[in-house]
Amino acid sequence: MKFYLALLLMGLLTQNFVLSKFLGICPFLGVSKKLDTSAGMSAAVVLVMVLATAVTWPINVFLENNDLAYLQTIVFILVIAALVQLIEIVMKKYLKPLYKALGIYLPLITTNCAVLGVVLLNVDNGYNYMQSLVNSFAAGLGFGLAMIMFAGVRGRIENNDIPKFLEGLPITLIAAALVSLSFLGFAGIIENMGLLA
Amino acid sequence: MAAEKKSLGKEFTKGIIKQNPVMRLVLGTCATLAVTTSLVNGFGMGVSVTIVLVCSNIVISLLRKAIPNKVRIPAYIVVIASFVTLVQMLVKAYVPALDKSLGIFLPLIVVNCIILGRAEAFAGKNGVLVSALDGLGMGIGFTAACCAMGVIREFLGGGTFMTGLQSLLSVFGENVLGGFDGIDFYKAFPFLEKLTLQPMTIMLLPSGGFFTFGILMAVTNRLAERKGGKKAELNGCGSCPMAAVCGANKAECAGAEKETAAVPAEKKEAAAE
Repeated sequence: MKFYLALLLMGLLTQNFVLSKFLGICPFLGVSKKLDTSAGMSAAVVLVMVLATAVTWPINVFLENNDLAYLQTIVFILVIAALVQLIEIVMKKYLKPLYKALGIYLPLITTNCAVLGVVLLNVDNGYNYMQSLVNSFAAGLGFGLAMIMFAGVRGRIENNDIPKFLEGLPITLIAAALVSLSFLGFAGIIENMGLLA
Repeated sequence: MAAEKKSLGKEFTKGIIKQNPVMRLVLGTCATLAVTTSLVNGFGMGVSVTIVLVCSNIVISLLRKAIPNKVRIPAYIVVIASFVTLVQMLVKAYVPALDKSLGIFLPLIVVNCIILGRAEAFAGKNGVLVSALDGLGMGIGFTAACCAMGVIREFLGGGTFMTGLQSLLSVFGENVLGGFDGIDFYKAFPFLEKLTLQPMTIMLLPSGGFFTFGILMAVTNRLAERKGGKKAELNGCGSCPMAAVCGANKAECAGAEKETAAVPAEKKEAAAE
C-alpha cells in the first residue's frame, strides 16, 4: 500500500511529468490559457493514460515473451492511436455529455508525448500491472495539477505589465521555470515519509 | 533550371534560421528542454532527430500518392516509428553512453511534433529531393537550437564545456582528437574557487531549462523583429501537426487565435490613452 502512495506522490509532486520530466510540454504551453480548457485536456489525458497502460501492459508481456521487445515503440504508438480513435467513437455513441466535454481534446492526445512516455516508463521501471495503472493515474493527475495551476498563473500574467522584450512566449516560459522551481521544494518528501522503505 | 535550384536552396535554408523549428515554430519543445543538460547530449539528440526526419521525409514523399488521404496520419506514424526504432538500435549499439543520457526521449522522437509536422505540412505534398532538403534544413535548425541550449546550460550549470565528448566519438575508435574530453573550467582555472565562485546547479535542473529557453526565445524574437519578422507565438493549433485532422477543434482554434490577436491590440489602445 505504501508503495502506491509513494507512486501517487511522485507523480503529483516530486516527479511531476510536466515540471520535472518535460513530458507533455506542447499542450502545457498551448492549451493552458484558460481554466476550463486546461481542466478538460487534463481529464482526457488521465483517461487515455490509464486506458493505454491497461492495454499496453499485457501486450508488452507478449512482446517480451516472444523476443519482440524491439517492436515496443511501433506497437505502442499504434495501439495508442487506435485506442484514442476507439474511445472517441464509443464516447460519441454512448456518452454524449462526456464527449462534448472531452471530445475535442482526444485527437490531440495521440501525439502527446506524455502518454507514450508513461507507457514506456512503466516498462522501463518494471512495474507490475497494478503499479503501472496507479503510476499512470498519478502521472495524469500530476499533468492536470500543473496545467490547472499554470492556467491561473497565465491569467495573472495577462493582466500585468511585462517588460516588452519578454512579452508572449518568453514570459510564459520564465513563469513555468518559477513554478517548476517551487516544485523542487517537494524533493525528499517521499524519503522523509519513509514510503519507499 | 536556375529558378528550381534557387528554390531548392531556399527550402534547405529556411529551416535553419527563418523557420527554425524550435525557436520560431515552437515545435519539439519537450525534447529540446529535457536533454539539453550538456552540449554533447543536445548534439546527439539533434543528430538522431535529423536522421529520422530526413529518412521519413524521403519515404513519405515517395509514398505520397500511394497513401490514401484518410489514413495518412497513422501511415506517417508507422513510417516514423520504424525509423525511430532503427536509430534507437544504432545508438544503443554504437553510442551506449548517449542512449543512457537520452533515455526515454530517444523512443519519444516518434511523437516529436517536428517530424509529424513536416510530414503533414511538406513531405506529403512535395517531391523527394525537396522534401529531403527540407528535412535536412529543419534537422540542422533543431540541432542548432539544442546545441545553443546545451552550451548555455552546461557552462552556467556545471562550469564545463563539451564534457562527455569521448563517449560520442567512441564510434570512431579510442582517443580521437587526442583524447579531448571537454573542459572543466573549475579544474582548469583553480582561482575561480578562491573567488568563491560556484556553478549554478539550477541551470541543469528542469527550471533552468525553462528559463534558458525563455531567454533564448526573447533574444530570437528581438532579432526577428529587427529584421521585420514576427514574434514566435503558440497560437492554439497553428503549431500543432494534428490541426489539419481534427475538424472538431477548428472552431476552438480560431477562437484562441483571435484572442491572442486581440490582446496586444487592446494593450496598444490602453497605452495610447
